Amino acid sequence: MENMDGVMIRARGLTKAFGELKAVDAVDFEVSKGEAFGLLGPNGAGKSTTMRMIASVSKRSGGELSILGMDPNERGPDIRGHLGVVPQQDNLDVEINVRDNLIVYGRYFGLPLKFLKAKADELIEFAQLGEKTRVKVDDLSGGMKRRLTIARALVNEPDILLLDEPTTGLDPQARHILWDRLFRLKEAGVTLVITTHYMDEAEQLCDRLVVMDKGKIMAAGTPASLIKEYSSREVVELRFGSERNAEVAKSLEGRGDRVEVLPDRILIYTDSGEEDLARIVEGGHRPLTSLVRRSSLEDVFLRLTGRSLIE
Amino acid sequence: MSLEVRAHAGAAALMGERRSAKSIAFGTWYVAEHRLRTMRSYLTTILMGSVFNPMIYLFALGVGIGSYIDASAGGIGAGAASYLAFVGPALLSSAALTVAFEESSFPVMGGFKWTREFWAMNATPIGGRQVANGVLLAATFRVVFTVLVFFFFLALFGATPSPWAFLAMPSAILSGIAFGSVIMAIASRLEEDDGWFATIQRLVIAPMFLFSGTFFPLERLPLGLQWIGWISPLWHGTQLGRVASYGMAEPLWLTACHLVFLGAMLALGLALSWKSFERRLAK
Repeated sequence: MENMDGVMIRARGLTKAFGELKAVDAVDFEVSKGEAFGLLGPNGAGKSTTMRMIASVSKRSGGELSILGMDPNERGPDIRGHLGVVPQQDNLDVEINVRDNLIVYGRYFGLPLKFLKAKADELIEFAQLGEKTRVKVDDLSGGMKRRLTIARALVNEPDILLLDEPTTGLDPQARHILWDRLFRLKEAGVTLVITTHYMDEAEQLCDRLVVMDKGKIMAAGTPASLIKEYSSREVVELRFGSERNAEVAKSLEGRGDRVEVLPDRILIYTDSGEEDLARIVEGGHRPLTSLVRRSSLEDVFLRLTGRSLIE
Repeated sequence: MSLEVRAHAGAAALMGERRSAKSIAFGTWYVAEHRLRTMRSYLTTILMGSVFNPMIYLFALGVGIGSYIDASAGGIGAGAASYLAFVGPALLSSAALTVAFEESSFPVMGGFKWTREFWAMNATPIGGRQVANGVLLAATFRVVFTVLVFFFFLALFGATPSPWAFLAMPSAILSGIAFGSVIMAIASRLEEDDGWFATIQRLVIAPMFLFSGTFFPLERLPLGLQWIGWISPLWHGTQLGRVASYGMAEPLWLTACHLVFLGAMLALGLALSWKSFERRLAK
């Protein structure tokens, strides 16, 4: 293979335009072997479009893109043979059973049936679907379908696994089961590329991530370094009721490093949350609820764009 | 943990760099294989349709209307020994067209819109062109099966007098997939069903069935309506079938025309499908 330097994906000025609209606007990033790389941003930030270009199905409008040392415009099918893709919406064959879904899909990579039969059993175990082997996909729960989609993406033992919003629409328990499976892959050294608009998902799974908004990369780094650079250590969250928040916030100006007003709450960025909260209460303010917490990627996004991730 | 440990060994080592080459060479077949596996989930209705459909038509038209027409002065004419022999190749082609329509309409729309499985196929080395080819190949298998069963019943009812009658089968199959390829091209361009398929059934398939020289020779129609037959894959398939099954007299150039028309329709349908599949999957 040509990716001798361990760089699996390299994008330079990568652009995708739909008519006038630039869905992805000259982004630069690199993903190294074994890394879990995240694209974090709200809906419409250009994450999925970026993902489809990496998946070598959607052609770029400009810039450079190299995957495993190959240009997807020239060698799309060759690259796709080395990728595993978990799309945003499940696209399993709902009319056939769990095992047949894996086997049929493996055939598309030119893998022989003998290999695939053993592989399917192994993947069913990995996806914890042992009791559902012969069940029609239509009858699986959302979380099970998601796990099957991930298992299916592993059938060709890919060098890079692409996950587009892997846990959107799942309940908390199903999300945790899924994260556990993804962790195992990460431990095994599989390169992961994950798009998400959940900051907790990004913090849990990603070694490094870029924050995207409106087709551009706003910041890049490890979750910890991004929080350090763009936010304070702690955040005080105060709620005075939606009518009063903006008014009270004016009198809180100057507290901590920075004060943000959201429709439902006031955020005070500070290095010593408890002390600041005590002083605010001493000053005669009586919030309906108050909370001191660590800064998160959500705060980073808010700082960078002035908006929340989930709107 | 065996999966994780082997993450970079098994398939990669097995297939190496030749993986995509093999997928590209056999892609059409893999897609067809997948579709056939899916068809197994409605195998019962496929079998029932294939058997009951010819039986009811042959009884009603061949035995019922046929005995009435054959008894009347002059019969149907067109050189056929019986009305059943005349109508048989038309029913054969018609069955092929119906099945081809079934397999190239909703399954194509569903692959893009409902299950979205065409996108799953395209995430592998398989391309849009192979997806289209594979869907049509799988439809062809079903058409072949339908035609075989139908022909068996035709022979049973004595509607295949010529020793060359078996050639009515490839004629019917060709007319079916030529029609199917065009339906696939249309289905792959539809974003919503919006009753399009029902409309095609009412405004295209039904008139085609009635005005393609199916039940009476096309020449009996007023000249102003004969064009329906000329552009109908059913008429071309039927006429080829009649030449084969009872030696209907027809100039050689016209027989060649039927073949060229059906071949051209298939080529056009496929070319349009390739374009729309590739464009839609690359969006």
